[in-house]
Amino acid sequence: MNLMDIVKKVILYTLAIVLLFFTGYPFLYMIGTSFKSLNSFFESPLSIIPSQPTFEQYVSVFEMGLTRYFVNSILITVVSVIGIVFISALASYPLSRMSFKLNRPLLLFFVAGMMLPIHATLIPIFILTQDMGIYDTLWALLGPYIAFSLPVSIFILTQFMQEVPKELEEAAYIDGCGHFSIFWRIMLPLVVPAISTIVIYNFVFLWTEFIFALVLLSSPENMTLPLGLQNFYSEFSINIPGLMAALTLASLPILLLFVIAQNKVVKGLTGGAVKG
Amino acid sequence: MNIDQIVSKKEQTKVISSAPKRNSQFKKRLTILLFILPALIVYMIYVVYPIITTFNYSLFSWSGTQREKIFVGLTNYIQLFADSTFWMALKNNIKIVLVSVFVQIPLGLVMALILFSSIKGRKVFNVLYFLPYLMSTVAIGLLWIYMYDPVNGPVNRVLDIFGFSPVAWLADPILAMTSVLIVIVWQFAPFYMILFKAAMVGIPDELYEAADMDGANSFHKFVYITLPSLMPTIVTSSVLAVVGSLKAFDIFYIMTRGGPGHATEILGTYMYKQGFVNLNMGYASAIAFMMFLIAFVIVVLIQVIEYQRRKRGLLTP
Repeated sequence: MNLMDIVKKVILYTLAIVLLFFTGYPFLYMIGTSFKSLNSFFESPLSIIPSQPTFEQYVSVFEMGLTRYFVNSILITVVSVIGIVFISALASYPLSRMSFKLNRPLLLFFVAGMMLPIHATLIPIFILTQDMGIYDTLWALLGPYIAFSLPVSIFILTQFMQEVPKELEEAAYIDGCGHFSIFWRIMLPLVVPAISTIVIYNFVFLWTEFIFALVLLSSPENMTLPLGLQNFYSEFSINIPGLMAALTLASLPILLLFVIAQNKVVKGLTGGAVKG
Repeated sequence: MNIDQIVSKKEQTKVISSAPKRNSQFKKRLTILLFILPALIVYMIYVVYPIITTFNYSLFSWSGTQREKIFVGLTNYIQLFADSTFWMALKNNIKIVLVSVFVQIPLGLVMALILFSSIKGRKVFNVLYFLPYLMSTVAIGLLWIYMYDPVNGPVNRVLDIFGFSPVAWLADPILAMTSVLIVIVWQFAPFYMILFKAAMVGIPDELYEAADMDGANSFHKFVYITLPSLMPTIVTSSVLAVVGSLKAFDIFYIMTRGGPGHATEILGTYMYKQGFVNLNMGYASAIAFMMFLIAFVIVVLIQVIEYQRRKRGLLTP
């Protein structure tokens, strides 16, 4: 090993560790602090490893009503994701597999939504929601959540469906299958990997969605987690370990997902970005 | 058989089969419609209709709480162009784009390069570099408000160790924007890292082996092999950064509410404040429609550039 190599190694490791500190420290700080008691936090506020780990902050966070936000977030996320998968899969099938005049334009029309700033629709949706009488209920979020997830979901699904060999459909057609049973029995099972991608992508997007919740919900008991956390903050601004416990809990579902299926999550999160 | 006969025969079969054919054509169209209809309805109600309505609203002066609207034509737009806060917000949005393209994306590239180097413990680096991207933006905002806390925040405490005096990061009009931009870099650099990593896996090893045989050093290999191979990813990332910057809202709303003053105001926060705090729904709609127009122009520009590039690609063998 010559001098050049050593210098290169030193630069590489220094850079890697500086970046590690930048990305890792705040994150680990959040988790570490959430396991500290208030006293031990004041003793060593900068450390990321608690001297005497305790769950007391988590207990108090739940006592203060985080459960409600959690349940709301789970409800709206699960129902929306089911709706998105079903509706976008249905639409993607003819868009990618059946030839008709409006094929390309319609696909473009849907996918164009990916580029849209949500703000451009906010006020009309706010008014519409009030007119429908569902303002300040979880129902208010369902429509916007499904609609704004359609572009990326249809984009991913159509790309995937295009790859399916034509022969499979033709064989089923000859056996007397209609389009719906081809879709249901052949297409859907074949695109399960793409469906898991859109489930992960939309789960993360909806679990952390903030602006529609901010505009369409107002009472604390109807709030989703991102919105609730914000309220929580004012009450917890003194109890930093408590706040960190709440923040950790809010990130937990995605973290768990990542631990269970690391590669799938990475693929899912970048699914809308990379052309297949 | 001459051509006439063929044609007439064709015509005959056409006549014979036209009724069931039209029927099956109709059935096919109906099937397509049934498949697309649910998506189309939801998309029309919550995406297409609102954009048209936003433009309509922007021509009125109204509070949103009362139903009476006063038609004012383009007054809101004229007012908007003279509004220094609007230009300030637009400038801040452009800052987000610049930081994304010139800081975030290069940083993501550096992270990906580190993960592809012969460094020890790559798996640990890989996970820890990626973690910030898994947090919800609201949680990130609240976490960093505390990181920047003037008295107890870790940032100032570390500065204190090195003998610097504490700084009010988010309350200082000059520093606030930079402080929030650092958080954005923290959140999104891992995303670009992942994109680059995926692209780097696709570069064939043979290229590097051939370069090794020619005696290339690692700098040459980076400039002549890695970078050109990553060009499409760099372009895609930049497009995402430009389009994504208009959507920015959460982190600014949570961390600074656009303040102090309007130092960290962006189009999203300004629109929200005008509409839902000051109850100037007409004016807010004008801002919202401007955001739509800007996004539209950017997307069209990108499409044109992409088209030109592809055409050139076809002409040069």
